[in-house]
Amino acid sequence: MKSIILIAGSRLLVALLTVFSVYMLLRGHNEPGGGFIGGLLAAVGFVIFAIACGTEDARKALRFRPASIAAVGLGMALFAGLMAAIWSDAFFTGQWLFINATPEDKGIPLSSVLIFDIGVYLVVLGSVLTIVFALEEEV
Amino acid sequence: MASTSSKTWVTPAGIIPVIIAGALFVLLLQALPAVANGDVLRYVWPWVPSLGVNISFVIDGLALMFGLLITGIGALVMLYSAKYLAGHPQQARFSLYLTSFMLAMLGVVLADNLLALFVFWELTTITSYLLIGFNHDSAKSRRSALQALLVTGTGGLALLAGIVLIGNVAGTFELSEIRAMPGVLTQSVFYLPILILVLLAAFTKSAQMPFHFWLPNAMAAPTPVSAYLHSATMVKAGIYLMARTHPSLAGTDVWLWTLTIAGAATMVFASVMALRQTDLKQALAYTTLMALGALTLLLANSSGYAITAAVVFLLMHSFYKAALFLVVGILDHQTGTRETTKLYGLGRAMPVTAFAAVLAGLSMAGLPPFLGFIAKELSYAGGVEAASSPWLVAGAFLIANALMFAIAAIVGYRPFFSKAGKKLENVTEAKWPMLAGPLVLAMLGAFFGIFPYWLQNSLIHPTVASILGSTVDAKDLHLWAGFNLPLVLSLATFALGFVLYAFSTPLRAMLIRIIDNGPNFDRGWDKLLAAVLAFAKWQTRVIQTGQLRFYIMATFITALVAMAGTMAIKQALVLPIVWTPVSLTDGMVFGLVITGTGLAIWTQSRITAIAGLGVVGIGIAMIFILYSAPDVAITQLLVETLIVVLFAVAALRLPSLGSEPLSKRWLDAAVAIGLGVTVTLIMLMVTAGPIDRSLSDFFEAASYPDAFGQNIVNVILVDFRALDTFGEVAVVLVAAIGVFALLRSKPEKDEA
Repeated sequence: MKSIILIAGSRLLVALLTVFSVYMLLRGHNEPGGGFIGGLLAAVGFVIFAIACGTEDARKALRFRPASIAAVGLGMALFAGLMAAIWSDAFFTGQWLFINATPEDKGIPLSSVLIFDIGVYLVVLGSVLTIVFALEEEV
Repeated sequence: MASTSSKTWVTPAGIIPVIIAGALFVLLLQALPAVANGDVLRYVWPWVPSLGVNISFVIDGLALMFGLLITGIGALVMLYSAKYLAGHPQQARFSLYLTSFMLAMLGVVLADNLLALFVFWELTTITSYLLIGFNHDSAKSRRSALQALLVTGTGGLALLAGIVLIGNVAGTFELSEIRAMPGVLTQSVFYLPILILVLLAAFTKSAQMPFHFWLPNAMAAPTPVSAYLHSATMVKAGIYLMARTHPSLAGTDVWLWTLTIAGAATMVFASVMALRQTDLKQALAYTTLMALGALTLLLANSSGYAITAAVVFLLMHSFYKAALFLVVGILDHQTGTRETTKLYGLGRAMPVTAFAAVLAGLSMAGLPPFLGFIAKELSYAGGVEAASSPWLVAGAFLIANALMFAIAAIVGYRPFFSKAGKKLENVTEAKWPMLAGPLVLAMLGAFFGIFPYWLQNSLIHPTVASILGSTVDAKDLHLWAGFNLPLVLSLATFALGFVLYAFSTPLRAMLIRIIDNGPNFDRGWDKLLAAVLAFAKWQTRVIQTGQLRFYIMATFITALVAMAGTMAIKQALVLPIVWTPVSLTDGMVFGLVITGTGLAIWTQSRITAIAGLGVVGIGIAMIFILYSAPDVAITQLLVETLIVVLFAVAALRLPSLGSEPLSKRWLDAAVAIGLGVTVTLIMLMVTAGPIDRSLSDFFEAASYPDAFGQNIVNVILVDFRALDTFGEVAVVLVAAIGVFALLRSKPEKDEA
């Protein structure tokens, strides 16, 4: 099913959905969103792309094998948990760093929790795409 | 085999284990003066404090004696195998297995915490499995390894159950604390289950009847392994367990008679079987069984003579049996055969081996002035005052010891000095790394026989104290204990043994005829295993139909029966339902869900059905939005979208749903409506009650101050319950890999 309209539209949608997914991922700590939702959004984008242009193009656009992305994500999540050990805290205790913090403002918050959420994002994205690509190529 | 001796044996894989074992031996030896003084050394590190699991080690007499045997014989055996396996392509693997086994076994005897003991116990089972199956290209080795694993593994599971019971009854898993509470186990209502479980573990590990059949088969392992694991150390783990739990479990009639009967039966059966064998290694395997039976029989009692005899017997058996196994290994290595009918007149060609064999054989035969004689005298003394039945115990010992005498001569004397058969030519003596082990062990048997006093005070009496609680009843070791009943029995043993040796060849022919026509445990094992496999196949055929529809049906019916049944039995069905007016938006969402459901049910097109299900999902997402759970709603929407896409891709290739017979759909409808109504009723009852908000309140209060996040759902996911989320994403990944593998592993064309 090759449709010019779908192909042209999907390019736009992939870009928008991917950017939006990162936005959802980053804002997740304070507003609706997070790694799970972000990962699903990004996956939806690539699924649409795969339906429009075929999985071969979608794989190229993704650059890495989806299973590898998922594995890296799981590794990041584990790493985020293990980081706590450096400060002799229990496994998965969140570690925070506030850049340019003032008493009123927290500045730019960086945390092991964010790394964990990025890991979740990658696992969800990679796993869903692993399944979808395999299914589409099979059928 | 003899030609391989040109290769060097000084390789890292050969030497490192010797160094480790030797260093541990020296380390343990330093505890000897303190233990000889009656001290008990204890080292504790908390492991899982919340469960009361500690890594705690205790060095008392019993632990030290076993520890010294394990490391000392370990060092000698490893030196021996460095040469025995020199140039073998998998020598490094062998060394790794053997060293791991040694450390695990050391853990078993030093552990004070029962759960730590269990872990080490299982590790010895696994390393033993790997070592028996070391020649893994032989089907016989693999079968023997699996058999040993299954039999001893069953015992291990029983041990775990027993340990949990002990922990519940005594309130602690520390052996030293349990020993300090006499009667806590024997007077408990759980005494019998505990005893059965612990003895099951001990009997399987130490190959007591009727679990004995795995041990002779385990001789498929390389000879150093047989000498070390299946003679001197691992099989004694069961004996160790019985000795260790003796203060807490012994002293009852059940203990006395179970151990007496199992021990005596094993002892007599094994010594008869030993005489039947022509393979020297098999003969030794059965004599090991005999020794294990004897030790069980002695541990049945609580008298000073019996326990002292058990300790001395254990020690001297490890010496002579490891030595003889190593001697047989040398014979095998240098001549290429282990058949007693072929090995004659090797004394001149292998003088050192012959010397070691004769010394070890004399100790095994129980002749003075060897340690074996002292052990035999003590066991007769223990036998004649046995609380069960002196006639039975002493009689069993007499038969078994006489047979041991004959077999000692067959292994230790005949291959070297008998002129009854053709002398083997062109045989050379083994190199010193292989001779050191048997020589040292055999000479220890002689040395301690002549000077028993030093051994008695440093090791024997502290060990007896570990079992009986004090050294009060420990008996002294004498070569000459006066003219008494044990001495008479000893003389009778020698006479009977000599007759048996003289007629061993015709006797063996007779035994082969009788035994090979009798019941065979090994074949029974095969039948049992085949029956288990057949049952598994039948059950798989019935339960695993391979139809998704069947699985879903089974799951739903089970859930329905469980929930509705519980409600009916507990009479929990109350309907305090308050009818509130339904808002317009709620009504519209409700209508949407119902429409989607109806569509999915009535359509004959798969795509339409999937779209219908998607409508249901979106309706549910809208409910989440209405009740202000945006995170859940977004996730639901996205998942719903993806599911529709996934299904649509797959459904393109599937045939149309078609029309099904009405009867099948009636069942579907009944299950679906039943489950739906039940779940709805439960939901209504749950929401009618007050909701426990303590968790929600905690997260609302703690989310921002503690975790710097205002979205509680996300904070819970990534911070408070991060470990759960980690587990979930790991499951997601595993599922993806599983789907991927399923899709990519296409069946063969002709099957498809």
